[in-house]
Amino acid sequence: MAKLMFTKTHEWILVDGQKGKIGLSDYAQKQLGDLVFIELPALGAKVAAGRAFMNVESVKAVSELNCPATGFVLAVNNDLEAAPEKVNQDPMGAWIVEIEFESLCDCLMSEDDYKKLIG
Amino acid sequence: MKKTALYDAHIHRGGHMVEFAGHELPVRYENYGVIAEHNAVRKAAGLFDVSHMGEIIISGKNAETALNYLLTNDIRGMYDGQVRYSPLPNERGGAVDDVLVYRYNSEKFLLVVNASNLAKDAEWIASRLPSDVTFDNISENIAQIALQGPLYKDIMVRLTVEEELPAKYYSFKDNVAVRDVKCLISRTGYTGENGYELYCAGADAMKLYGYLMEVGAELGLIPAGLGARDTLRLEAGMPLYGHELGEDIPLSEVDLGFAIKMGKEDFIGKTALLSHVPAYCRIGAKVLKGIAREGDKVFCGEVEVGTVTSGTHSPTLGFPIAVLRVLNEYKDKPLAASVRGRMLELEIVPLPFYKKA
Repeated sequence: MAKLMFTKTHEWILVDGQKGKIGLSDYAQKQLGDLVFIELPALGAKVAAGRAFMNVESVKAVSELNCPATGFVLAVNNDLEAAPEKVNQDPMGAWIVEIEFESLCDCLMSEDDYKKLIG
Repeated sequence: MKKTALYDAHIHRGGHMVEFAGHELPVRYENYGVIAEHNAVRKAAGLFDVSHMGEIIISGKNAETALNYLLTNDIRGMYDGQVRYSPLPNERGGAVDDVLVYRYNSEKFLLVVNASNLAKDAEWIASRLPSDVTFDNISENIAQIALQGPLYKDIMVRLTVEEELPAKYYSFKDNVAVRDVKCLISRTGYTGENGYELYCAGADAMKLYGYLMEVGAELGLIPAGLGARDTLRLEAGMPLYGHELGEDIPLSEVDLGFAIKMGKEDFIGKTALLSHVPAYCRIGAKVLKGIAREGDKVFCGEVEVGTVTSGTHSPTLGFPIAVLRVLNEYKDKPLAASVRGRMLELEIVPLPFYKKA
């Protein structure tokens, strides 16, 4: 069964076997405001746990996303290219990147712990 | 950090407060966001707190002559109740600031200046006026609210009689009663839409803001923050001090010829501007993919030819736009902005990006 976990930098990962879909938390999308551009990583790109691996842009600023796991990019959500606002509208539904991972970040926490973190 | 007279209204309405030019101001509001606020101004109306702006009164028999020497635009021949835009030049032909000049009469003018430059401007101007011209920085006691958008007049006529309102673009009326609040109202703005800017005593600001929201809400009026103010002015091709204008950017390079009157009598920076051959120009570009922002370098092939002075996603046009400062000889060549190691292709387009219908 798929398991949902969060980073303290507000990414979520929905883990299913050795694959994980990654998105932004509702708290993060609220803090960023309207997203207007998502710079999707290339398919096959290597990603490292806890490291910045892509950018999202709001009207006012660019923000880095940190990867919750080490592995490589398996798929990207191309719908977001034309409609980045989907992340604002449905942050838990709009996955951004799917990765195949070797290892998850030690930093991941449960949804309950994440909710405590953001208060 | 200073709070404006409308601070409580912003908190009450869910404003995301940020520091801007020493003031705590809303960048956007919780229930709307930059894009919704921007669109409200283009389609209905938005209400901005611009109380951080500075206001300076210049008066005296020789006020007009003294002021004209400090400005690049020519303020002679304005009518009472007229507003004019002008850069405030330095000796090198760069800009100390850019300001609005309000003429009450030939011996009394109001200057509205950028908040970030107020202290600098006050010193610059006060030290360059003859002793018979009076300088009065009244910024502390004045609140300013900008009502911007196509429904601007529909909203104001619910609060005052139409004859009391300034009719012409870039004109103003003083002592207008907006219900029980006395205001100076001008037909000005920084959004590329029609609108009014209302000046009142700080103590009356909450009341005035409340009246506007009360009658405007059903017409679609919503509060708008600094984020929308920036995307709106950028679409309208209006320069922002610190981005397109600065002490070291010659005014001959910023496409503001309409406000620089080389034919008038001597003014500060005139000699420098006369002898200066413009090397750079200010132009607009559409970014084909991705967003280029202030400070990103502009290239033509391998050659660095300028910088992005402002850039964002344009909510009205639906694509990213940027204002560039590039060397003249490259303005018709293929250009790209270097953004985090990627080259983003630019397509030069005429300014302004957006013009109201």
